[in-house]
Amino acid sequence: MKRLFLGNEAVARGLYEAGCHVVSSYPGTPSTEITEFAAEYDEIYCEWAPNEKVAMEVAVGSSIAGARSFCGMKHVGLNVAADPLFTASYTGVNAGMVIVVADDPGMHSSQNEQDSRHYAKAAKVPMLEPSDSEECLRFTKTAFELSESYDTPVIVRLTTRIAHSRSLAETADRVNDGLRAYEKNPRKYVMMPAMARDRHIAVEERTLKLADWSEGKAVSDGINTVEYNSKKIGIISSGVCYQYSREALGDKASYLKLGCVYPLPVRLIKDFAAQCEKVYVIEELDDFLETHCKKNGIDVIGKESFTLLGEYSQSMIAKVILGDEKETLKINAAVPPRPPVLCAGCPHRGLFYTLKKQKVFVSGDIGCYTLGALQPLGMMDTCICMGASVSALHGRNKADGENAKKSVAVIGDSTFIHSGVTGLINIAYNNSNSVVIILDNSITGMTGHQQNPTTGYNIKGDPVAAVSLEKLAEAVGIKRVTVVDPYDLSRTEKAVKEALEADEPSVIISRRPCALLKYVKHNPPLKVDKDKCRSCKMCMKIGCPAISLDKNTKASIDFTQCVGCKVCKQLCRFDAITD
Amino acid sequence: MPVKSIMIVGVGGQGTLLASRILGEVLTSEGYDVKVSEVHGMSQRGGSVVTYVKYGDKVFSPIIEKGEADMILAFEQLEAARWISYLKPDGKLILNTQKIAPMTVVTGSAEYPDGIVDELKNSGADVTAFDVLSLAVKAGSAKAVNVVLIGAMAARTDIAKDAWLAAVKDNVPQKFLDLNLKAFEMGYTLTESEE
Repeated sequence: MKRLFLGNEAVARGLYEAGCHVVSSYPGTPSTEITEFAAEYDEIYCEWAPNEKVAMEVAVGSSIAGARSFCGMKHVGLNVAADPLFTASYTGVNAGMVIVVADDPGMHSSQNEQDSRHYAKAAKVPMLEPSDSEECLRFTKTAFELSESYDTPVIVRLTTRIAHSRSLAETADRVNDGLRAYEKNPRKYVMMPAMARDRHIAVEERTLKLADWSEGKAVSDGINTVEYNSKKIGIISSGVCYQYSREALGDKASYLKLGCVYPLPVRLIKDFAAQCEKVYVIEELDDFLETHCKKNGIDVIGKESFTLLGEYSQSMIAKVILGDEKETLKINAAVPPRPPVLCAGCPHRGLFYTLKKQKVFVSGDIGCYTLGALQPLGMMDTCICMGASVSALHGRNKADGENAKKSVAVIGDSTFIHSGVTGLINIAYNNSNSVVIILDNSITGMTGHQQNPTTGYNIKGDPVAAVSLEKLAEAVGIKRVTVVDPYDLSRTEKAVKEALEADEPSVIISRRPCALLKYVKHNPPLKVDKDKCRSCKMCMKIGCPAISLDKNTKASIDFTQCVGCKVCKQLCRFDAITD
Repeated sequence: MPVKSIMIVGVGGQGTLLASRILGEVLTSEGYDVKVSEVHGMSQRGGSVVTYVKYGDKVFSPIIEKGEADMILAFEQLEAARWISYLKPDGKLILNTQKIAPMTVVTGSAEYPDGIVDELKNSGADVTAFDVLSLAVKAGSAKAVNVVLIGAMAARTDIAKDAWLAAVKDNVPQKFLDLNLKAFEMGYTLTESEE
C-alpha cells in the first residue's frame, strides 16, 4: 500500500526491508528522524552513539561481523566520522554497510553549507542521491546490494528538502538473511601499510567497476534515468534539483537524472548531451557534476548561470533558463523578521542573563543555546563546531592568561559528551585557568529531544547507566565542580563569579531539564500587576517570547506561552510580576 | 488534475506540523499524488515556520514559491503578511488574527505593523479572518488553534467532511479527541458573520 513517508522515514523503512540489523547514529538536523523511525522496528537494533565517529565505527564493526549495518548523520557529522570512512573504504565490508549524510543547503539548521558529495570522491565510495521518498526507500535497499556486490560502504546523500518532505512510497516485506559468516582476513581488515597498499589497488579497481555499473545497470535498475521531451534544452541533475527543474521546465526540456552521483557515468552523459541543443547542469552548492562533465569534454552550462549559494527552486530555474517570472501580491507593511528564540521557560535564559551581567567573553557551541547569541541576550562571541567552545577557550586563555578572568565556555550536555570532554581533558592536562559551563538540560534539545549518555535512558526509553558529568569532570582532573539551577539567578551569579575569580580550572553544571520535556511540570502562567509595573523593561532584558509591552507600555505576559519559570519575577524591582 | 498548492504558516510551537500532517493524510486518502515539505530544527524554536502542501496528478517540486499558492492557512497576522506574496492573485487566505510579537519587536528594534488585516484584504486576495485563539480556548485549549484552522480550511475545500474527521482522529491523542473534534466543528461551521 502507498502512503506518505517523510524522506527520513522512507530511509528507515528501506533499512527495515533490506534486513538491516544494526543502526548507530548521532542526531543532527536534517538526518535525525531516520534513526528515530528505525528504532520503531523491533527487528533492528538501534542506538544513539556519543558522536558520529563512534557511530560509524559501530557500523563498521557490525558489518565485518556479518550484519547489515547503518549510520546516519548530518553533513558536518561526516567530518567527525571521516576518519573511519576513509579506511572503511579500504577494508570494504562483510555484510552491507550504508551511511546517510544529510546536507543542508540554505543552512536551515546548520553552521555551514558544505557539499558532502566531495566525500564520496575523496573516500572513493559510491554515493546515491534520491529525489523523493519512494527513491529514499528504494535507493537504501539498492545501497545495501551495491555494498555487498562491490565490497564497499555506500553513502546515500540527502538534502533537507528530501529528508524533510513527505511523499508517497510503497512498502514491501523485510528480507532477512541472518548474519554472514565472519572469516579472519587480516589482509582485508587490518589496515597497516603493507596490507593497505594492496587494498588501495582493490579500491581503484572497484571504482572502475562501479563506474561501469553507473553506465549500465544503474540505468536498467532505475537509479540513473533519462527522459526525452523537447531536445532544445537538456538538463543534467540529481536529487531535489531534478524535481525543481522538472517542475520549472516540464516537457520543454529533456532530463538526465543521476541517482548515482559517484562514480559518475561518462558515456551516458555524452550520449544525452549529444541529443540536446543546449545542456544545463543544475545542482545546488558546488560544481560537482559540472566538473565531471567538463573534465570529459562535455559542453554544459553550470555555475556561470547558477549560484554556488543556498537552495535552488523551480522559479529560480525558470527565470534563468526561460526568463519567466510570476505575478505576486504585495501589501504595504514593513514585516519585521522573526528569528528563532530560546523558548519560554528555557533553562539557558537565566544562565545567559547571568553571563551578560558579568560581561564575559563566551566561547559558544552547537545546540539550542546557540540562540543565546541573539539579542537581547547577545551572549556569544564564537561558535565553530561541536565541542569547539571548550578547546577554543583553552586556546584563548593560553594566548593571554588575563582572558581567563573574563571568559567562559558554554556547551550542552550532549555536545559535551560528543566532543567537549576531550577539550576539558586538555584544559586539565595543560592547565589553563578556564571556566567551562555545561548547560545540562537532560536531553539533546535542538534536534528534537533525543536521549544521550547523560540522560539515563537509551533510544528506546529504557533506563540505562548515566554518565555523571560531575564525576567525569573530577576524573579528568578538574577540582572545582559546582552544580547550579539556572532558574535561581542569585546562586547562578555567585557560582559564575567564584569560578571566574578562582586560580584553577572550573566546571559549572547549569542543570535544569528542558521546559519542553513531557515530564516537566509547568507552573501556572505569571501575571503582571499593571498598577505596580513602572515600565522599566527589566523583564524584557531576558528575551522571553512570552513577555512583551502592551499598548500602555506596561509589561504583558502571554498566558499561552508562559510556563511560570519565574526568572522574570526575580528581575522585577517593583514586585509587579505575580504568580 | 493540475497541481494545487497550500501553505501553512505560523510561529514555531503553534502546531503547524500537525495541521500539515492531517492535510497530507486527507489528500492521500483522496487518491492524489501529494508532497508535504516541512522545516524542522532551529527555526522551530519560536521562529517563522512554513509548510508546503502540494497535490494533483503528479507533484514534482516539494516547495511553493511566490505567486504559486492556491490557499494560505495563516496561524498569525504577521506571518500572513510575511508570506502573502506567495499567494496567487486570486488565492484564498484563511487567517487567525492572533498576534505574537517577534523578538525584534519585543526588543524594540522593529515595530509590529498596524492594520495588517485591512492591508491583506486590500491586496485583492480572498481573505477570511477570525479570532481563532478565542475559539480554541472556548473549545477547551489554546493549543487547539491548529484544529480550528483545519476545520475552517476543510469547509473551503471540495473534500468530504468525513475524510477530514478521520484524519483528525488519526492524528490527535485519544484523551484530547473530544476537545479536538469540538475545535474542528467550530472552524468548520464558522461563517462570515462571526468573523
